[in-house]
Amino acid sequence: MEALLVLDNVEKAFGGLRVTSGVSFSLMPGDISAIIGPNGAGKTTLFNQITGYLMPDKGSIAFQGEEITGLTTQEIVARGMGRAFQITSIFPEETVLDNVRLACLSRLNQTRKVFRPVSRFKEATDKAYAILESLGLKGQADRPAFELAHGDQKLLDIGTALGLEPKLLLLDEPTSGMSPEERQLTRELIKRLWREFNLTLLFIEHDMDTVFGIAQVVMVLQMGRLLAQGTPDEIRNNPEVVTAYLGEAVS
Amino acid sequence: MEDTKAYKTAAFWIVFILVFALAPLRMTSNYQIILANQILIWGLFAVAFNMLFGVTGMLSFGQALYFGLGAYAVGLSFKYLGASWFLPAIGMGLVGAVVISILVGLLIIRVSGVFFTVLTLAFGQLVWQITFRWYNFTGGDDGIQGIIPPGILGDRIAYYYFTLCLVLLSIWFLRRLVHSPMGLTLRCLRQNPDRLRFLGRSVRYNQLGIYMISSCFAALAGSLMAGVNNSIHTDMLYWTTSGEVILMSVLGGIGQFFGPFIGAAVIIIIQEVVGAKTEFWPLIIGLTMMVMVLLLPKGLVGEARLLGNRLKSFAGGNRG
Repeated sequence: MEALLVLDNVEKAFGGLRVTSGVSFSLMPGDISAIIGPNGAGKTTLFNQITGYLMPDKGSIAFQGEEITGLTTQEIVARGMGRAFQITSIFPEETVLDNVRLACLSRLNQTRKVFRPVSRFKEATDKAYAILESLGLKGQADRPAFELAHGDQKLLDIGTALGLEPKLLLLDEPTSGMSPEERQLTRELIKRLWREFNLTLLFIEHDMDTVFGIAQVVMVLQMGRLLAQGTPDEIRNNPEVVTAYLGEAVS
Repeated sequence: MEDTKAYKTAAFWIVFILVFALAPLRMTSNYQIILANQILIWGLFAVAFNMLFGVTGMLSFGQALYFGLGAYAVGLSFKYLGASWFLPAIGMGLVGAVVISILVGLLIIRVSGVFFTVLTLAFGQLVWQITFRWYNFTGGDDGIQGIIPPGILGDRIAYYYFTLCLVLLSIWFLRRLVHSPMGLTLRCLRQNPDRLRFLGRSVRYNQLGIYMISSCFAALAGSLMAGVNNSIHTDMLYWTTSGEVILMSVLGGIGQFFGPFIGAAVIIIIQEVVGAKTEFWPLIIGLTMMVMVLLLPKGLVGEARLLGNRLKSFAGGNRG
């Protein structure tokens, strides 16, 4: 089976600071992989390079067997990549429905239509409702997005990315700022979405229960370098990782 | 819920159309018809401007360029080709607006925020300066006088209804646009341009698109104005014209589709009513603007709707 995403020796520096140094890994279709690492390890920067928001200095990134290094975010998204953000990124004044509906319209390439109201675009509207249904947000579809609780806004962010029907979905700290109960629910939700939407998932997370609860592959990033990569059990028992990052917490 | 909304929209349109369609019957002088005509045209100009500013978040300080372009397309055709070119000239103005807005747009949408605003101002003033200096061709600051629309349009009332039809059609189209996928895209662009990119949509492409659309309707408003005033002047290209349309939009409320239209009507009426009594009418407009911006920042229409919603929830609270 061909890998969905391949990073080959990706390098990035901001001035003298090497934020990504020689990172290589590949994701197989259908995997759930997690990137962990201390603050400042370069996790979000790596996401930014994968999604074309930042350009790597060196190395290459391939998605579905095609080189995407140097493409714009739009072009990469159009090829089937979606992203939800660490700091929730929504359209606050629009309704919950319209947030997701815009993504669905974008996927169907209908955002240039100028004459019919959005509610008449049945395919996009039905799809948006279906996504809100699986997220449990359908009851709030007509509320402006800014009125939602923090946790629900995070879900909406993910729902917006799902509207693109991505093959690969990147989640940047999906459970940050949530209570332990909310985290538990979000974990179950992510697993369910993964099955329901046939996703390949790559997520950044600090919450170890989430990481070891749902990831099949864990990658540890430290100071821009890939310190280790393996199954949750391998990572948990890797002495280097334990001293560098996990510490006493899981031992 | 959807139904009552549809009824309200329909009722609004009926009242809006009736007021302007029946207005000439109640009017006693040409002067009043000219005034109503100006409200329609400035209203269209302001609503089109607000597609850029209120909807997409692009503050253009140079829409006078397109307003003047439309006016000069009509004026110059009239002067050099004759009165029968009046209608084709409106079309020429629109085509000119498309071409120029794309060329200028490609240059200036590369920057955003205040830099965009300054560049729109610079291009507007550039065109004003050329028109002002090129006396032999444009008539300089004498402008062009005696522009009487041909045939039946030469009649004030006929011309008023001609304008009314075009303005209604334009506003209806812009209203459809606001609720269309492109309208949603533009509103989202203002709120979170980065997220729009991550939905696979181009920020620049959409900015260029709405810059072109808004500029076309500004040109249409300019051409129609030439027939109302029977003359054109370099002032139509001057930055104060761009400023006036901003004032109208802010006064009426940039968050509301019809806000700028109401703002245009109020400013024109203040100018006429207060201007008849004192030459210090700009002072009144200045004070009004200050009060609006400081106390009622959502504008006339925005604050009125807010008040309406509060009254409704208050009444609802009493019932429940």
